[in-house]
Amino acid sequence: MSEFVLETQNLGISFGGLRAASGVNLQIKKGEIYGLIGPNGAGKTTIFNLLTGVYQPTEGTFFLNGKELRRMSQERINHEGIARTFQNIRLFNNMTVLRNVMVGLHNREEFRCSMAESLLRLPRHFRVEKEMKARALEILKIFDLHEESGTLACNLPYGKQRKLEIARALATDPKLLLLDEPAAGMNPHETEDLRRTVELLREQFDVTILLIEHDLKFVSGICDRITVLNFGTVIAQGTTKEALSDPEVIKAYIGK
Amino acid sequence: MNKLKHFKWKRYLNYTVIAVILIVFSVMTLTGGLPKSTTFNLEKIAISIILAVSLSLVVGFLGELSLGHAGFMCVGAYLGGKVSALLVDSLGNGILTFFISLLIGGICAGICGFIIGLPALRLKGDYLAITTLAFGEIVRTIFQNTSDETFGGAIGLATPRFNQKYFFIICFVLVLVTLAVIQNLIYSKHGRAITAIRDNEIAAKATGVNVTRYKLIGFIVAAVFAGFAGVLFSYTQSNVSSATFDYNYSIEILVMVVLGGMGSINGSIVAATAVTFLNNKLATVLTGNLAVLKDLIYALILIMIVIYNNSPKLAAFRERYNFKNLFAKITKNRFSKHEADDTGRWDVVPTKIKMDALLSTDFVVNDIKPDQPKGDDSHE
Repeated sequence: MSEFVLETQNLGISFGGLRAASGVNLQIKKGEIYGLIGPNGAGKTTIFNLLTGVYQPTEGTFFLNGKELRRMSQERINHEGIARTFQNIRLFNNMTVLRNVMVGLHNREEFRCSMAESLLRLPRHFRVEKEMKARALEILKIFDLHEESGTLACNLPYGKQRKLEIARALATDPKLLLLDEPAAGMNPHETEDLRRTVELLREQFDVTILLIEHDLKFVSGICDRITVLNFGTVIAQGTTKEALSDPEVIKAYIGK
Repeated sequence: MNKLKHFKWKRYLNYTVIAVILIVFSVMTLTGGLPKSTTFNLEKIAISIILAVSLSLVVGFLGELSLGHAGFMCVGAYLGGKVSALLVDSLGNGILTFFISLLIGGICAGICGFIIGLPALRLKGDYLAITTLAFGEIVRTIFQNTSDETFGGAIGLATPRFNQKYFFIICFVLVLVTLAVIQNLIYSKHGRAITAIRDNEIAAKATGVNVTRYKLIGFIVAAVFAGFAGVLFSYTQSNVSSATFDYNYSIEILVMVVLGGMGSINGSIVAATAVTFLNNKLATVLTGNLAVLKDLIYALILIMIVIYNNSPKLAAFRERYNFKNLFAKITKNRFSKHEADDTGRWDVVPTKIKMDALLSTDFVVNDIKPDQPKGDDSHE
């Protein structure tokens, strides 16, 4: 067992002649909140897509708790314990809030129910449905969304949609949670609310968080350590304060 | 009593209605009060309901546009019809022959569903529609070009006719089976996964839903029931002709689903009944030279429904007098109070085919194949 939850070794990908990311080494400890920042087009979301199996890395590899996840499908990587949210919210819009979270619970071991059991309406089907509903409501309660459990996801206000996306990802019982710009488009009040939620997550769930964010105030307020990317390569790494005061980082952000 | 409280009556309403209709008509046949044309119409309506409900699974819940449903039905009709024609000498024209041919027709259609499900994993929206359309035409043309001894070729396959008087009962029992399987599938965790794929495939994948598995299951289940409908059809006809299963028929099934409201099983049932009834009525009323008007009137009615379906007045009317309100009134809200009411409109989708994944900006899902890692020669 490695001491790191997530470890990437020289992770990189090229699209034709474009090297979107290369030589990225991340080492994230258990229970950490880790930030991944960088200017637009630096390859942050690409890294997320590599880690969740949307893209297959052309160089390097990555490990979750010492297990190599390279070349696995997205579903499989999710089973292994990496869940994510998206930069532009991707909820199941025509389903209720409760059902969104229940989809997240779909693959949990304790809610196993074969298709034959569902079709024949055997007792297990009813038991599993009942338990899933209860568990989903519990998760929604943590995010303060239980009042809205019956509304369609698309009718939620923006900040709550973001929260629901995190709730759904958490329902899959991840070891590592990837948040892609969770505070994008939020007002200061919502951002503060989100910050509290993320910290609550760390306390309530046994989860490590890797997040992409442009709001540097948010990042410096919440992240233990960060990595700064530019043009697909790491330009600084370390504790939030160190990395943000690195001259290379300042150059990348505001120019010289 | 407590158990009764959580029993979702609404979900069993359609079984009850169909069962009641079935019993009423059965009694009427047994007492000899039903003309042959009515039983024939009932058979046709039952077949349409099975087709519409099964297509509704693919279009309304899986969110894939399939235009080849008549193709699956064609496979079922020809293979089931052939099997029954072969068995009728040894086993007689009884229920056993029917069940064996039903099973074989369904299984063969299911295999076709699997085959057409495979490209569906890669194709989206319009492209899948074209592929399924082509599938339907290919199947039809294959059967059309068979020799006279095998499947009858252009003349069509001669099939045995079941006892006409009671066959509609079998058809309606099969409607109930279809409803049971498809509704039980949809209102379960597996159905939830299928609807999740419809709503957002990328998110479904990221949430760990096995998209490949559920898409194939959706296509196979729909195809099996279309195959069943085909076998039933072959039993209502003395001759199965490939010309029946052209793309117009596929579109007609799709019309039933769309009119009924995508993602609504009860809607599909009502629309299938209405469309089939309308077609039959027009075919009998308009005879001689007027027969050409049939398609025209049919089209006009469809256009009117599409236009007025969304009119504010009708929406207000529906808001006031719908099943939910009526039901709430009857039961005086006894059953409708749950702590977390999730019986809401989760299964109703806007009437459009989603192009979400094609238009996404944050990343391209497939198509881009990363280069292989470069060797030493790239350094120069």
